[in-house]
Amino acid sequence: MTTVRSRLLPYLLLAPSVAFLAALFLVPLIQTITLSFSEDGVPSLANYTRMVSDLNFGLAVRNTFLLVLTVVPIQIVMALAMAMMLQKLPRGRDVVLWIWTIPLGISDLAAGLVWLAILQDRGYLNSALYGLGLIDGPTAWLTYETPVALFFGVLVAEVWRATAIVLVILFAGLQLIPKEYKEAAEVFGARPWTTFVRITLPLLKPSLQTALILRTVLAFEVFAVVYAIGGTNFPVLVGEAYNWQRNYQNTGVAAAYAMLIVAISLGATVVFLWALRTKPEQQA
Amino acid sequence: MADIKIDKIAKTFGNARALDEITLDIADGEFIALLGPSGCGKTTLLRIIAGLETRSAGRVIIGGRDISDTPTRARGLAMVFQNYAVFPHMTVYENVAFGLRMQKADEARIKAQVARAAELLHIEPYLERYPAKLSGGQRQRVAVARALAVEPPVLLMDEPLSNLDALLRLEMRAELKAVLREAGTTTIYVTHDQTEAMGLADRIAVMHGGRIVQIDKPTAVYSRPKTTFVGGFVGSPPMNFLPVTAASGAIDLDGLSLAAPRPEGNLLAGIRAEDFALSHSGEGLAFDVMVAEPLGSHTLLTGRSHGQMLRVVAPPNGDYPADTRLGLKPDPNRIVWMDAASGEALRQETAA
Repeated sequence: MTTVRSRLLPYLLLAPSVAFLAALFLVPLIQTITLSFSEDGVPSLANYTRMVSDLNFGLAVRNTFLLVLTVVPIQIVMALAMAMMLQKLPRGRDVVLWIWTIPLGISDLAAGLVWLAILQDRGYLNSALYGLGLIDGPTAWLTYETPVALFFGVLVAEVWRATAIVLVILFAGLQLIPKEYKEAAEVFGARPWTTFVRITLPLLKPSLQTALILRTVLAFEVFAVVYAIGGTNFPVLVGEAYNWQRNYQNTGVAAAYAMLIVAISLGATVVFLWALRTKPEQQA
Repeated sequence: MADIKIDKIAKTFGNARALDEITLDIADGEFIALLGPSGCGKTTLLRIIAGLETRSAGRVIIGGRDISDTPTRARGLAMVFQNYAVFPHMTVYENVAFGLRMQKADEARIKAQVARAAELLHIEPYLERYPAKLSGGQRQRVAVARALAVEPPVLLMDEPLSNLDALLRLEMRAELKAVLREAGTTTIYVTHDQTEAMGLADRIAVMHGGRIVQIDKPTAVYSRPKTTFVGGFVGSPPMNFLPVTAASGAIDLDGLSLAAPRPEGNLLAGIRAEDFALSHSGEGLAFDVMVAEPLGSHTLLTGRSHGQMLRVVAPPNGDYPADTRLGLKPDPNRIVWMDAASGEALRQETAA
């Protein structure tokens, strides 16, 4: 029957992607969950105990959260400022946007290596500082003895690498806001800052939410940049998962780390979904 | 006091001249309609007055104060936008209160003013709702209430009724006129709808190609258009323009002799559809009916006279089958004589 077929058609068309996701996402996820909660095939919390009692665990949690809590707000503020400036450009918007989004086209490991070249002992930064007479010779910034400089190096590299994605989302969101809202605010006496806070920001909430969720989840997964710049001097959660898997050959603890990251990411997503929800009656 | 003086305002976009030295004086409390087809510059002019668009030359003076370089927020205006621009994330109350909040008015005053504006526009029941829950007409009322709540000396309206359906538009038009008369606000109203302009305005400025072609009372613009453009644009149906030739001071229309405003030469006789007297015996200008549209209050006849298309208003109850030949007698006092070459009304006729 044609009616039955037409009713089934959407599901048939969706089936390949569902199967694909089930095979390559759902199955590994379930495997990871079971793996993390078992020891020698017996259900156990041993992996989690080992993870938590490891020396690097506290450091990795602290570093990751520190990084996320500084990088993401900086990126949101910067991207907002950049998007607002971009909107003001009478012409050449596309060119500026392209240039600003160049880092998006570079893999995070390559980006990390670029910043390593700048920040290492004999890197560009030290050459410049030496040339200016500010340092006497090669100075190490990226060791475990210089945690603040190391953190700052990772921070700068992350901001450079991943602010553009926030910019793209926020810029697209800004362009969806009809200009009459801004004009109406202006006509009724609002100063530019008031217009931004009372009109633009609230109307941009859906885009801010998307950007925050995406950026936060990705920031909790930070790894390649950190590894390229700081190696094991700056432990982060994904780095630890990698260590346990590659260097200690312990898939169970690595799986426990993976589960921890999933839980944190989900938690952050839920928080943003709730905190930045737009009530249906307030939708434009 | 908020009289508006627009002094030689010009606007160019690259090489294109959007506004060509517009000069316009608007009295305090007057309601002016800027009427014209799309692209005539009426919205650009309004936005320049609001400060939302930069001008290329000229000055805008409101209440004796040159505000040409004053930022929009300090001009003391209110505006109603075509798409309402009612803030979706604020309740109706907060929307109406917005301008007062920006003026840092105290809470008691805000409350009183919002209540007054809400009462005027009949939106009291919706004050706590969000705009998404309102119909187009209700949102339009909110937009007008927001503008009136600040008791602006000058109100700018940019096609405020064009997004409403026909019935609602008619209703809002009458209401707007009453509300604004009571408020005594100097109003500039941009529209492409000549009925709206005729119905609302004290004076209509008809714009065409970046210039004001004619500015006058609605009845004068209607019955004494300065150019064929005005006659064609204002009024529905548009004015008829009958090409005639004057010879020895008279014009002959199929045996009907009219006094010509010029002794010789080609002229256009601008005649409104309702200014013909119909003669079934065929006396006067020969007219062959092509289509009759019974419109209730009258019947609109479209037909030809010597190859020239004419529209004629006939009484509502007559029967006018196609190819009926009728005689037309135009009312000589209501004919607007125009120069055939320039399309401009002859001088003695415009001094009405």
